[in-house]
Amino acid sequence: MIARDFKPLLLDGAYRAGNWALEQYRRQGGYEAAKKALAMPRDPATNSVPALIDEVKKSGLRGRGGAGFPAGMKWSFVDYKAKKPRYLAVNCDESEPGTCKDRVVVTYNPHLLLEGILIACHACGIENAYIFIRGEYVIEFERLVEACAEAYKAGLFGRDAMGSGHTIHVTPHRGAGAYICGEETGLLSALEGDRGYPKVKPPFPAVEGAWRCPTVVNNVQTLALLPSILRMGAEAWSKIGPAKSPGPMIYCLSGHVNKPGLYELPMTVTMRELVYELGGGVLDGLRLKAVIPGGSSMPVMKYDGAYVGSDGIERTDDLDMTMDFETLRAAGSMLGSASLIVMHERTCMVNALYNLVRFYHHESCGQCTPCREGSGWVEKLLARIVRGKGKPADYETLMSVVGQMSGTTICLLADSCAMPVGSFLVKFKDEFQYYCEHGKSMVKDAIPL
Amino acid sequence: MAFQFIDEYERQFRWLLTRYPTKQACLLPALRLVEAQQGFIDDAAKKYVAGRLDLAPAFVHGVFTFYSHYRRPGDGKHVVMVCMTLPCALRGAGAILAAFEEHIGIRCGQTSSDGLFSLRKVECLGSCSTAPVAQIDDDYFENLTPEKVRDIVLALKNGMTPPHLSNGPTPNGGCRCFKPLVEACPEGSGAR
Repeated sequence: MIARDFKPLLLDGAYRAGNWALEQYRRQGGYEAAKKALAMPRDPATNSVPALIDEVKKSGLRGRGGAGFPAGMKWSFVDYKAKKPRYLAVNCDESEPGTCKDRVVVTYNPHLLLEGILIACHACGIENAYIFIRGEYVIEFERLVEACAEAYKAGLFGRDAMGSGHTIHVTPHRGAGAYICGEETGLLSALEGDRGYPKVKPPFPAVEGAWRCPTVVNNVQTLALLPSILRMGAEAWSKIGPAKSPGPMIYCLSGHVNKPGLYELPMTVTMRELVYELGGGVLDGLRLKAVIPGGSSMPVMKYDGAYVGSDGIERTDDLDMTMDFETLRAAGSMLGSASLIVMHERTCMVNALYNLVRFYHHESCGQCTPCREGSGWVEKLLARIVRGKGKPADYETLMSVVGQMSGTTICLLADSCAMPVGSFLVKFKDEFQYYCEHGKSMVKDAIPL
Repeated sequence: MAFQFIDEYERQFRWLLTRYPTKQACLLPALRLVEAQQGFIDDAAKKYVAGRLDLAPAFVHGVFTFYSHYRRPGDGKHVVMVCMTLPCALRGAGAILAAFEEHIGIRCGQTSSDGLFSLRKVECLGSCSTAPVAQIDDDYFENLTPEKVRDIVLALKNGMTPPHLSNGPTPNGGCRCFKPLVEACPEGSGAR
């Protein structure tokens, strides 16, 4: 169901020039939530605000970075006993194919993020926050720097943030082009001035993160939702959308739809509504073939017929499923970053997969052999198939390589490659086998990819 | 030629040193300051930054080569980065790349002989719902068509601000890095 009367929280004022100014934000009640939060006293034993952490827990807010981990719970894992400084690392490295929303939030509502940072820093007793933004986002970085400057001048950050007596600083930190820096420990490596190599967990960042100190890593939208939780109260906020996936989600629609774009809604909306109503239907009136529901790393959903799952049972994917964390997981995929890549009937799935695997091979950091070599082998095999030189045995070889990539590496990049590959191979088996056997695509009038 | 920060970037560099608990953490932003000053990062600049941050030049080189977005010495005046990842590919990124090749007159991966353009394919630029997309220097160009590409290249060849910029030209004539923030908060953050 599309909640048509829902007023966006994150995209409020998006695409309106000047919406980013502090004065404008304040006129709409901006920084009132942070003021309320910063008035809550810290527990001297832990230098944190348990009541504030509880409020976020009560809201049911789940991290918007992709995993959907409960945000309040993440904050409670911080090692508050360690006699070390704590840090907040804001993940604005948005690089997952299909995902393009942090960019709009930061461009048009930078103060929403900064207010969320104040709340998080106060809750967890953090003095220094770093906003890690991908290197390509130059204008967005400039906007953040300007917004931080405005906030400092207004006394919102600094040695006595909002007159609270607490020190809270924020520093935007620009990356330089590497998908892996969106992985939380890869991000921390880059923040420390190193190659963006992910680190073995445990220890988790909450215990030993940046500079081996307790570190909270939160996505832009997770933080930008905090002011609304305090403003509305956790109880009321938790009633937006389904009980286990509360709060609004920004759905990114891309690919073969008539109206691609960002749609911020409670997670009661269905795949069909996103594609056919909000997205205005499939491009050129063609038939829907497949949708990757949560950014390119998630298993694909097939909508042009049934398929035999890896367990030998025949299935069809449901176009009417609601797009929330629980439903997608039950359907064998994941909501991830809620970014839908829509493909119509003239898309050759072999070529589409080849494109995606090229991405993962390019972005593998190279530390772990199963990822570095595995993604390369899959790319090479697919390259051979799309050149028309595939062999019938290639299908099984692909399946076996993918099977050896999952769960064998430091971070999830190998799995992020294996999940789409495995699902494409299973759900569109006939297309892959046809391409291997005939040396050409099974799809008529396939679009060039 | 030896490299050295000019006053403006020296000031920002010193400010950066106060924002992180270690000197090394300034490496990625310091390389961006080099880029802002001279347009590219060469070995002399890497050696200079290494010296300022107490790092080995080889280490700085190793970090530098891990990242794809820094500008290299041989890059053209304008670096054209065409996104070729799936969401853009589905919306015709191939034709966009071909249009850039045609109108600039070079192949993907090359730099034009007059040094004006470098053309390359890149992976996801994070603007998928406005695909196909390309980045030229600091700016994004969204919802591209081969016709728009023709107009953009023509403007750049004539030294003019290109049309179809998605967010308007980069404000204030290029990235100012941390300047407004340094002015608003000149003191350190206590991180060091």
